[in-house]
Amino acid sequence: MASDQYDVVIVGAGVSGCAVARELSRYEARVCVVERADDVCCGTSKANSAIVHAGFDAQAGSMMARLNVEGNKLMRELAEELNFALVPCGSLVVCTDAQTRPALEALLERGVANGVEGLRIVERDELVSMEPNVSDEAVCALWAPTGGIVDPFGLCVALAENAATNGVEFLFNAGVEGVERDDDEWLVRTKAGTLRTRCVVNAAGVYADELHNMVADKKMRIVARKGEYYLLDTTAFGHVRHTVFTLPTKMGKGVLVSPTVHGNVIVGPTATDVEDKESVDTTAAGLAEVVAKCGIAVRDVPLREVITTFAGLRAHEEHHDFIIGEVEGAPGFVDCAAIESPGLTSCPAIGRMVADIVRGICDLQERPADEIVRTRPGVVNLLATSREDWNDLVAKDPTYGNLVCRCCRVSEAQIVDALHRPIPATSIDAIKRRTGCTMGRCQGGFCTPKIMAIMERELGMAPTQITKCGPGSELLVQEGGE
Amino acid sequence: MLSYDVVIIGGGPAGLAAAIAARESGCERVLVIERDDRLGGILNQCIHNGFGLHTFKEELTGPEYAARYEDRAHEVGVEFSLGSMVIDVSSDLVVHAVSQERGVYGVQAGAVVLAMGCRERPRGALAIPGYRPAGIYTAGTAQRLVNMEGQMPGREVVILGSGDIGLIMARRMTLEGAHVACVAELMPYSGGLKRNIVQCLDDYGIPLLLSHTVTRIEGRKRVEAVWIAKVDEQRRPIPGTEVRYACDTLMLSVGLLPENELSREAGVALSPVTRGPLVDESLQTSVPGVFACGNVLHVHDLVDYVSQEADAAGRCAAHYALGKRSPDVQEDGPAEAERVLLLEVESGVRYTVPSTIDPARMDERLTVRFRVDNVYRDRFVSVYVGDERIMHRKKRVLAPGEMEEVVLKRADLLERAHAERIVVKLEED
Repeated sequence: MASDQYDVVIVGAGVSGCAVARELSRYEARVCVVERADDVCCGTSKANSAIVHAGFDAQAGSMMARLNVEGNKLMRELAEELNFALVPCGSLVVCTDAQTRPALEALLERGVANGVEGLRIVERDELVSMEPNVSDEAVCALWAPTGGIVDPFGLCVALAENAATNGVEFLFNAGVEGVERDDDEWLVRTKAGTLRTRCVVNAAGVYADELHNMVADKKMRIVARKGEYYLLDTTAFGHVRHTVFTLPTKMGKGVLVSPTVHGNVIVGPTATDVEDKESVDTTAAGLAEVVAKCGIAVRDVPLREVITTFAGLRAHEEHHDFIIGEVEGAPGFVDCAAIESPGLTSCPAIGRMVADIVRGICDLQERPADEIVRTRPGVVNLLATSREDWNDLVAKDPTYGNLVCRCCRVSEAQIVDALHRPIPATSIDAIKRRTGCTMGRCQGGFCTPKIMAIMERELGMAPTQITKCGPGSELLVQEGGE
Repeated sequence: MLSYDVVIIGGGPAGLAAAIAARESGCERVLVIERDDRLGGILNQCIHNGFGLHTFKEELTGPEYAARYEDRAHEVGVEFSLGSMVIDVSSDLVVHAVSQERGVYGVQAGAVVLAMGCRERPRGALAIPGYRPAGIYTAGTAQRLVNMEGQMPGREVVILGSGDIGLIMARRMTLEGAHVACVAELMPYSGGLKRNIVQCLDDYGIPLLLSHTVTRIEGRKRVEAVWIAKVDEQRRPIPGTEVRYACDTLMLSVGLLPENELSREAGVALSPVTRGPLVDESLQTSVPGVFACGNVLHVHDLVDYVSQEADAAGRCAAHYALGKRSPDVQEDGPAEAERVLLLEVESGVRYTVPSTIDPARMDERLTVRFRVDNVYRDRFVSVYVGDERIMHRKKRVLAPGEMEEVVLKRADLLERAHAERIVVKLEED
């Protein structure tokens, strides 16, 4: 079974797993990422606020604080190396009650202690000039110029693609069913076969506790904390210029209102602990809470411009810090767990930290620099392409002139590209994450049949095999039926 | 840069009728830019009959209706750019489009007619709680899959919304062998045509649940069930009335939205009610030289009215491009002082198209179209010019799903020289 022999098996192809994979691809090692879904970025990584946090939130001295601030800095160079969208729009924590001002000052102090640069408190006049739609009750705000927004799909796909380009293997539809010690190695049993490995990285998101508990004496419990969101049409873009957080009031924690890199406005999240780790459904109560709270820090949020609502699950652990390290009594089994917010921001630093641990365990050697590709070609974004450059694209490949998605301006060529990149898209949602198709105001009403036709042609699939998000989510039923 | 007298964006029924009218009004060069590879727009997927009863006095299918206009457009020498998506329209009437053959190209227009149609309101815009599985389709997307691609979106279907496409698809899915459990409608009345309720639901025993909505969608990968509840007068679900419908497909027919992204970027002022451009008597928008017609202007019930409206828009655009003031007004006649009458709506009327009229520039007779905001019985449609009621016409039934019209005469408006506004409203007596 030599073909199933690995140095490292990473469980979970979210941003953490993919960041670890990319870092490990610098070493002489055979690495495989196993993922239960049909694509990367299918769990917590795909359904979150898409914020690059400055780092003032986490407790000083915590691992979370350190990795957040480090990740924030690394994210900028990573965006250049890997060509994904990152906008350094800055963030504001708005105080709407003068009595809570000490809490804002405490945030500032904590941020300074965490090493966050450029933090300061802006008073109402300056705040209004920075953010004209800030609430009438706004007193002042904590301004964090290093805050930003990122394309969470683009980030995760980019990490994975770069890892794959450098030789990391990916196994999809491979939910892990068991992890066992066998001599001084691990057997990872998945739905797609068993892998033998020297080292396991547990980046299984909300299921990291289940994986951990398979091998550890000291048990872990991850609670799925649901966050529900409204996503508003690009017509709402500009309503806020920065990521606007609400300083918690007596009424509880608020929701954020932020631009997204795709030109939308995101509003949310709620925070409700749920038993069912698959329950990424929105609820009437959760959506109502978003509606009720969005006006605390920002006025007149145009919720009628909603194009979709969604929910994501954060992997919360009661100590509210990341759990990263080799598990006691399980040599070679490395946790990368409880990666809740600011996990997205921290992922570049998490990747390095976990890779260093694994390198130490497996005594990995660096590959020659000329063997490693550190950059990753980006994807075309026609909304940001000049007419001249667009014409150059059409001259090279005429299908750049065939627009498939009118809302987000995506051409046939981009869909075809998504189907043939290092981590190929195999479902409609996977194409969405790579191109933006179906993400706009028509939510796929216009482009879905066109994308299906391209998938049929390019992948040789029957229409009835095409799925929204992997097996079980087929878009069509067999003609003729039962 | 290429130059045309009139450039029409969209080759559906509105665009085709506007193009024919523009050519017939004397424009040499008329171009239709269509994003699809064929003309006809949404009519191509509307394979049921019932089109053209007003225009041709016979029942045609959608494609047949489109073909008549397409043939005529070719006959009169309209030019076409197919497979071309317009990406922007500037206020100096330069239209940029992109196609495989030509890349990004610009066209200078003497006048532009917006005829982009509308799109369907998607599930996301309703914020229905639940999962986001496969099997949720807007009725029009399902219609395209079934009628044009020969594919089957599902077997056990629930339809939310009783817009016309939803009603048509209830019948179509039934004929294709699916089971349609019900059509749920939030409002206490249907948004569709009466004839479609009879022919597509009643004839097939499909229940129409008025004042009901979907409160939850089950199924992580593919729809497994939807929950439907009664709603109160404020359209809020009434607790305890939820019923679970096991199904694999949820179809939505919950409203059509005029597709005005290009218009907005071109600076065209839009109506918050119709979401289409505000237009004057010549169907000209707030941007001089830019005209609008069809579903991009306001959502129509019958294609016949789209054709009529587009014919007017095409003529007016042609006259603009040729430098004439208006079809019926003599070029060298006495210059009349410009007097713009505002069209206002009251009790029961949601909007009118157009929203302003300059009597000196209008045709001899001008059709004003409008919709009502509820179901009314035995009401009068009244038109006031200034304080004077000039029209008072009894209607047995008025419903939001059916477009209404009144025809104003130029003479009536010119006579009342001091009036500043026209009011269209419903009156009980």
